[in-house]
Amino acid sequence: MSWLKNENLLTAGLLLTAVILIAAGVAMKQNHQVLAKAVRICLECIGIG
Amino acid sequence: MDNKKRTFIQAAAAALQNANVKGFFTGQIYTGAGKNVCVPGLNCYSCPGALGACPLGSLQNAVSAWKFRFPYYVLGLMMFFGAAFGRLICGFLCPFGFLQDLLFRVPSPKKLRTFRGDRQLRYIKYAMLLIMVLILPFTYKFTPFFCKYVCPSGTLSGIMLSAADSRLRSLLGGIFTWKATVLMAVVFTSIVIARPFCKYICPLGAFYALFNKVSAVRLHVDGNKCVNCGACAKVCDMAVNPVAAPNHPECIRCGKCVSGCPHGAICFTCLTVRNHAGTIDSKHKA
Repeated sequence: MSWLKNENLLTAGLLLTAVILIAAGVAMKQNHQVLAKAVRICLECIGIG
Repeated sequence: MDNKKRTFIQAAAAALQNANVKGFFTGQIYTGAGKNVCVPGLNCYSCPGALGACPLGSLQNAVSAWKFRFPYYVLGLMMFFGAAFGRLICGFLCPFGFLQDLLFRVPSPKKLRTFRGDRQLRYIKYAMLLIMVLILPFTYKFTPFFCKYVCPSGTLSGIMLSAADSRLRSLLGGIFTWKATVLMAVVFTSIVIARPFCKYICPLGAFYALFNKVSAVRLHVDGNKCVNCGACAKVCDMAVNPVAAPNHPECIRCGKCVSGCPHGAICFTCLTVRNHAGTIDSKHKA
């Protein structure tokens, strides 16, 4: 029982860490970096290089 | 989980992530705010239909930037998906996984479930994650190695874009030929082996596999109902034995074992709480 509780705690901890990382990234405007790359055709991805 | 239901969810997820239908005809990619956010599965952001960003491409872009800053945002999103769903994303939400599932339905004289060396080959995807997605892009700036030399999802995007744009078509050369060869290999192998790309190559699957044991959504085998008949292991396309390891890193949580168990001993759970008899409290069943 205790290990299961620990497992759930670990999951909750990971989710919380992920949310904190996302918030930190948004605060540093890293989402803009993602957008800037994603709105242009990625020549490497499509095989032009 | 009924296989038809899963196919419907997979089709809906693929359609939703690629809902920019106009792009398929004009050869123009979507440039709206949706691309601030990474989608959970492997879906190239240069696909004419893509509404979101590719997590692997975004990660490589962040890692290979001239002035390196820790990719909090992209890693945070990937970690969130992983911690919430694990490889359920591979089984239900990834468009490239869906494509492989469809290809596996094509009739062929022989379907290979496993073979000699199968287990060892599965470690390649972890090497891909470490070397092609993290180390090489970090070392040689501005080059997303996995996207450039391997990713078959990007090649599909290239085919669709160049079909609609003659200028792009004229630029296709040696790298495209190589990537098209990789894509063809994945397509033909997918007819014989279930999800070869997910099993052996996909770095995103490797990343989510790290979370499979601790993700919120999990598989649970009820020890009171299970009679060890092996029916679940027989139906598993990923060659996992759910009784031995219900949350094995290779499990994509397609749910075939859930529907294949004649005793109803396997179920999806969300943040499982078990009582002392080893059964699950009904209110926690997903």
